[in-house]
Amino acid sequence: MTVLSVRALAKSYGGVHALRGVSFGVAAGELVALIGPNGAGKTTCFDVLNGQSAADAGAVELDGRSLLGLTPRQIWRLGVGRTFQITATFGSMTVRENVQTALLSRQRRLWSLISLAAHACVDDADALLARVGILEQAHRPCAVLAYGDLKRVELAMALANQPRLLLMDEPTAGMAPGERGELMRLAAGLAREDGTAVLFTEHDMEVVFTHADRVLVLAEGELIAQGRPDVVRADARVREVYLGGGDA
Amino acid sequence: MTAASVLLQFLNGLASASSLFLVAAGLSLIFGVTRIVNFAHGSLFMLGMYAAVALAPYVGFWWSVPLAALAVGALGAVLEALLLRRLYAAPELLQLLATFALVLIIKDFALWAWGPEDLLGPRAPGLEGAVAIAGSRFPEYDVFLIACGPIVLAALWQLLRRTRWGTLVRAATQDRDMANALGVDQRHLFGSVFALGALLAGLGGALQIPREPATLAIDLQVISDAFVVVVVGGLGSIPGAFLAALLIGEIKAFCIGLGFSEFTLAVEFVVMAIVLVLRPWGLLGQMPAPVRGAGAHEPAFALPSRGALQALVAVALALCVVPLLSGGYTLVLLTDILLFALFAVSLHFLMGPGGMLSFGHAAYFGLGAYGAGLLLLKAETSMGLALLAAPLFAVFAAVVFGWFCVRLSGVYLAMLTLAFAQITWSVVYQWDAFTGGSNGLIGIWPAGWLSGKTAYYYVTLATSLAGIAAMWRVLYAPFGYALRAGRDSPLRADAIGIDVRAQQWAGFVFAGLFAGIAGALYAFSKGSISPEALAVPRSVDGLVMVLLGGLHTLTGPVWGAALFTWLQDSVARGFDYWRAVIGAVILLLVIAVPGGLGSILRARSSR
Ligand SMILES: Nc1ncnc2c1ncn2[C@@H]1O[C@H](COP(=O)(O)OP(=O)(O)OP(=O)(O)O)[C@@H](O)[C@H]1O
Ligand SMILES: [Mg+2]
Repeated sequence: MTVLSVRALAKSYGGVHALRGVSFGVAAGELVALIGPNGAGKTTCFDVLNGQSAADAGAVELDGRSLLGLTPRQIWRLGVGRTFQITATFGSMTVRENVQTALLSRQRRLWSLISLAAHACVDDADALLARVGILEQAHRPCAVLAYGDLKRVELAMALANQPRLLLMDEPTAGMAPGERGELMRLAAGLAREDGTAVLFTEHDMEVVFTHADRVLVLAEGELIAQGRPDVVRADARVREVYLGGGDA
Repeated sequence: MTAASVLLQFLNGLASASSLFLVAAGLSLIFGVTRIVNFAHGSLFMLGMYAAVALAPYVGFWWSVPLAALAVGALGAVLEALLLRRLYAAPELLQLLATFALVLIIKDFALWAWGPEDLLGPRAPGLEGAVAIAGSRFPEYDVFLIACGPIVLAALWQLLRRTRWGTLVRAATQDRDMANALGVDQRHLFGSVFALGALLAGLGGALQIPREPATLAIDLQVISDAFVVVVVGGLGSIPGAFLAALLIGEIKAFCIGLGFSEFTLAVEFVVMAIVLVLRPWGLLGQMPAPVRGAGAHEPAFALPSRGALQALVAVALALCVVPLLSGGYTLVLLTDILLFALFAVSLHFLMGPGGMLSFGHAAYFGLGAYGAGLLLLKAETSMGLALLAAPLFAVFAAVVFGWFCVRLSGVYLAMLTLAFAQITWSVVYQWDAFTGGSNGLIGIWPAGWLSGKTAYYYVTLATSLAGIAAMWRVLYAPFGYALRAGRDSPLRADAIGIDVRAQQWAGFVFAGLFAGIAGALYAFSKGSISPEALAVPRSVDGLVMVLLGGLHTLTGPVWGAALFTWLQDSVARGFDYWRAVIGAVILLLVIAVPGGLGSILRARSSR
């Protein structure tokens, strides 16, 4: 079942065509990698998908419903979770409070003036933290966390809403090689067990070809190949544009 | 209105647009390169006026103008070298505060040097007459002024486009890091830009003296006008400043010409509002790069420990028994301290956890005070009702002003809060029939049973402590977390479904409510109120209280309010120029103890 469907998406910044007519789909339970050299348009694609920036043309649908023109917070409510390439967390809060805030938002309780936020949704928050593997750091302020751990906090926050579609922009940046595999197995688990559609970008080809069900290759805003990892790996154009670029 | 009078008003508008443009262009230029919003720019304008008036008897008007402009420009260079140069890497808040301190010092300097009376300038020799335009007489000097704006615009344009210096200025305005990489000597560049900006402000002031007298109140009037122009035109854009100055100048002229001079400010406000809604970064401005994780280095605040709570309860109990131990003077001082603590905590709520820097928080304090006075005197309600309903005045203003303010962030937001506060002040100041104008309202005494100092002290104690406790408590509630989330990372907050603007708006109103309560308490404690209650210096007082105590502790603003109020009470008694003293103290804190204040404030830096 197709969760996300993107058709002929285009976006330019001034003279830079960051996306030109990109079309693809992601099915429920599928783990899809979006790869491409620096500046290929991956982050731009994510920005358009979650409403961070407006598309110039094309269509984006989540379960058949158009997302274009909606704000990020509306899109989040429809079930799209996102992690950022440069992590964005709440520095003045502890790891647990970050996730609690996301959970409170999901329950639309952030207008409450009375209850104590620190006592809200503790069990749910801890379950999410355990799932992404940073429960033991729950009480630490986000401001002092290592980069790889911040990525996990972001993931826990993105999962707080039990998303239909999870967008992860370089989720393993700042992690040791062993941790990378672990995180991808977690993502694969999400896809298999919860039926979440997962779309992620990644520069570590090892990770991509080991874990992804399908690979999309973006170069200069155009989708130049897509398919099973072994097929994409063998694609001549991909080798030339991307793997030949010294990145792999 | 006949066609001829329309033409005349149009020309009037052009004439006032010129001096508005000179000030706004300097402000914009300085901001573009140094990223400092110079709140003292109106003060430099004022100095230009006084200097020209003082020089004219000796050298004649036409020489006094360039000399005054040069003198102010030179002062700008000195200020840059001695003060601002130390602040380029400092947090925004410290920069703003330092230039605010300059406002206080320059005003008291002018008071000391030229006295409190308005000073009339000379006419411009050779341009005393009037020209006949469409059958009416239009001052020759105003024709000259009309030409000044475009001439200065053209000169600036040539300077920026044709010279190497101009290229550097444009490079630094567009991309500071790139300019750094190009090896631009920042010292000289920043110093010369500041001097030029100051010179333009001084020139604007000096050129104004044949039209209006030099007065001490002109500094804040000019800076808030300049802020409106710059917000409308786009911060950092010189052509934007010109366009906006024309727009605002014309609107003012037509309001006055049509006999609606009271509405001038309201109309200015409406124009600014429309522009902000349609183009949040001004007519010709560019959207600033989004600030990522402004609160990334904020310390987490945990629930208070048992010991801390017990200490707070002990302080509260101690305050309850004070009247048993001491007499009138202490109670009056403590009453002041308590209500200012409430005011300071409300400001801290807004700018700390709320992340919204306000330079006009006194507006809500003052509206609470005026609300109490008006309800009691005009609506003849009981004191209890007046005290309860007065904060609604503040809430109403916070709802309206806040709606616009939360559309902006950082210095834009701060400038807008100041402009709103100044507009509020002007309305109160000008509306003689209703607010008592500059005299204010007298006879706002509490009901009989509360008229004793002790009784009123207890009312203030109970209200302030309850208010402070309520604000602190809300910060630990989900609402407070949502506010901090919006400050720490608007991007993330938005991506987890938080309506950042709506939450901020509510936070703005919430802070306004408690400032209004503090103001109402203030009115009844003094028995009278004057426009000073909502003037900009009162807003600065609040900022100083918050910063003295430290932005990063919840209790800081309370101690800051206590220290400041006590100091003000003891210093102001014997010294006319105490505002300058306060300004000097701020500068000392900012420069000499960056470790003390700086360590507290470093985290506020948004770079
Ligand atoms: N806000 C922006 N303004 C102007 N140009 C932009 C903006 N964001 C991205 N671009 C440009 O769009 C193109 C695509 O950028 P994007 O960030 O999407 O690439 P990416 O594939 O995510 O690269 P990376 O692997 O480095 O993260 C680049 O040329 C980039 O310079
Ligand atoms: Mg990217």
